[in-house]
Amino acid sequence: MKMNGARILLECLKLEGVETVFGYPGGTVINLYDELFSFKDIRHILPRHEQAGVHAADGYARATGKVGVAIATSGPGATNTITGIATAYMDSIPLVIITGQVPTALIGNDAFQEVDIIGITRPCTKHSFLVKDVKDLATIVKKAFYIARSGRPGPVLIDFPKDVQIAVTEFEYPESVDIRGYKPTVEGHPRQIEKAVSMILASRKPVIYVGGGVVLANGAEELTALARKLGAPVTTTLMGLGSFPENDPLSLGLLGMHGTYCANMAVTDCDLLVAVGARFDDRVTGKIATFAPHAKIIHVDVDPTSIKKNVRVDLPIVGDVKGVLARMLKVATEQSAKVKEFAKELAPWRGEIEAWRTKHPLGYKPSTSVIKPQLVIQKLRELSDPDAIVATDVGQHQMWTAQFFQFNKPRTLLSSGGLGTMGYGLPAAMGAQAAFPKRQVMVICGDGGFQMNMQEIATLVQNRLPVKIIILNNNFLGMVRQWQELFFDKRYSQTCMELPIDFVKLAEAFGAKGLRATKPSEVEAVIKEGFTTPGPVIMEFKIAREEKVLPMVPAGASLNEMVLNA
Amino acid sequence: MQHTITVLVENEFGVLSRVAGLFSGRGFNIDSLSVAPTNEDTLSRMTIVTRGDEQILEQISKQLNKLIDVIKVIDFTDGSAIEREMALIKVTAEDVSRAEVLRIVDIFRAKIIDVTPKSYTIEATGAPAKIDAILELLRPLGLKELVRTGPVAIGRGAKGWKG
Repeated sequence: MKMNGARILLECLKLEGVETVFGYPGGTVINLYDELFSFKDIRHILPRHEQAGVHAADGYARATGKVGVAIATSGPGATNTITGIATAYMDSIPLVIITGQVPTALIGNDAFQEVDIIGITRPCTKHSFLVKDVKDLATIVKKAFYIARSGRPGPVLIDFPKDVQIAVTEFEYPESVDIRGYKPTVEGHPRQIEKAVSMILASRKPVIYVGGGVVLANGAEELTALARKLGAPVTTTLMGLGSFPENDPLSLGLLGMHGTYCANMAVTDCDLLVAVGARFDDRVTGKIATFAPHAKIIHVDVDPTSIKKNVRVDLPIVGDVKGVLARMLKVATEQSAKVKEFAKELAPWRGEIEAWRTKHPLGYKPSTSVIKPQLVIQKLRELSDPDAIVATDVGQHQMWTAQFFQFNKPRTLLSSGGLGTMGYGLPAAMGAQAAFPKRQVMVICGDGGFQMNMQEIATLVQNRLPVKIIILNNNFLGMVRQWQELFFDKRYSQTCMELPIDFVKLAEAFGAKGLRATKPSEVEAVIKEGFTTPGPVIMEFKIAREEKVLPMVPAGASLNEMVLNA
Repeated sequence: MQHTITVLVENEFGVLSRVAGLFSGRGFNIDSLSVAPTNEDTLSRMTIVTRGDEQILEQISKQLNKLIDVIKVIDFTDGSAIEREMALIKVTAEDVSRAEVLRIVDIFRAKIIDVTPKSYTIEATGAPAKIDAILELLRPLGLKELVRTGPVAIGRGAKGWKG
């Protein structure tokens, strides 16, 4: 059937299984929006800023595992998407971003609202396409979705000129794609996998170090089964949280800069580190020269560039993490007796770890006069649904959430790990809520990050997305303030948010509900009321202003040089 | 350590900026880069001369392979490829030096491609070391202008590789 480019794009999205898109209209996508007006198979959500639109698509993708889709117009619409795209790129989140572009004849002429968005986003997209001919459109969309979701996932941008949206051609959606330069390695090498299992069985102090790759590959089940079979302790990165239940005794919790004492000590002391879908980020390793100094390293990752980028690796396995873990599990099951014996022999190692855990558990000094942020996080866990989705912003509250919330299921934590994007949380929660209208979705943020995208309360109210917004308000840019306290003689340069905002009134101005707690005794009541109030709710907690995230490995220090009390 | 890497890429718009941007964005060096279409018109071939330790060179190859438009990457190890480069060299050639320039051109099997009463323009091809050598001899005579293509490389032996 003959259709114009705008319609073809929508048909392609539908065939890719896209149900919801987040977009903002404008001059160069007006034809696309005109087609959308009568296209009933796709739900469109209008954010109040293109950045939030991309974060929402990102939150949608993280919560569902599907490709998130965002639309923006050319020029400023396109440039507003960049932070969202870079956030998704750093955390390997599958997105397709469609930007309008000036008509092909005008490209390069400094036309109104023209920007070279392909050029600008080149370093933060997995790939990008400029559609020059409507005949190529369907193939490009097919390729874009395939590239976004396969291998190491990531954002793909399609720049879609206005005249191509209008041009008409026969629509036929290709059934398959073949990109000769793109053949991601899916299956891990069987011999390497067998070798990995032998290496594990030969170790006495193994640690499994799990990153976001396990979540992305839907490998949590395999990982959990393998770790339990081996009786091997598991530590996760921020991105890996939820891929191994934190209520399991084998869980060490978070490692790295704000990791637990037992996780960081275990990694420093282990004789074998099994890295799965993790990339040895500097926030995880601390000083690289003293990271896991006694350990042999097995590294499983779908992206060959991750391997040996930051650390030496003794056994690399390139492949889909889920498949590799399943195969490892199978190999381990085949030598059941040996594995059982091995798991038993790890008892002293687990004992050492328990001693570390008991010596310095995660904790804080409780108070009856002022609200401790950690208390709020613990109460949120206690009073929320087991499958609740939690988005965070970036900063202290993010680390407190990572430390104290206890994530037991994958895809329940949405957080900007790699780029560390303030303002991410609220729109990401919005995206997740759009995907799961019935599930409890909350965003935990600070007063700083919240203000970076607070306009999105309007989107929540308009679209009846009942996201619960928890603001841990210390009137500071808390994490930077913490660094200034510890490393810059308490010179609080520009980190004090002096203006006290009435967040309750703010919520009301948008037509949402606002609640506030100023004393520890009010925390539980506010959370209960917030969770049971229909629609979006802001819950503001006035917290201890100078509370710190601890433990902390100072930047550039070794993991075992944690600041425990400061 | 200097390495010559050959990259077979889709002959599509923006590929050069993807490759060049990868090098600049990740802090890799490019000593030279040459690119042109191959016998298959959907393919272009780049020859990149770069430097770095073993770990960096491994990252360069892997990162190049990760680009969607890159079809194949070969890091030529010593002796496994033949490299040729062309240089166009404008030298002062007056009085006594006119004959000296001609002698040098002859020794290096180069060619004079433009003549004026005051200058010769020379076309020289060969391995980069040979170009360096002819330049060393011509420099004292008055080098007015120099254009080098950077080397292109092809593997030794009967096997040819395409996409």
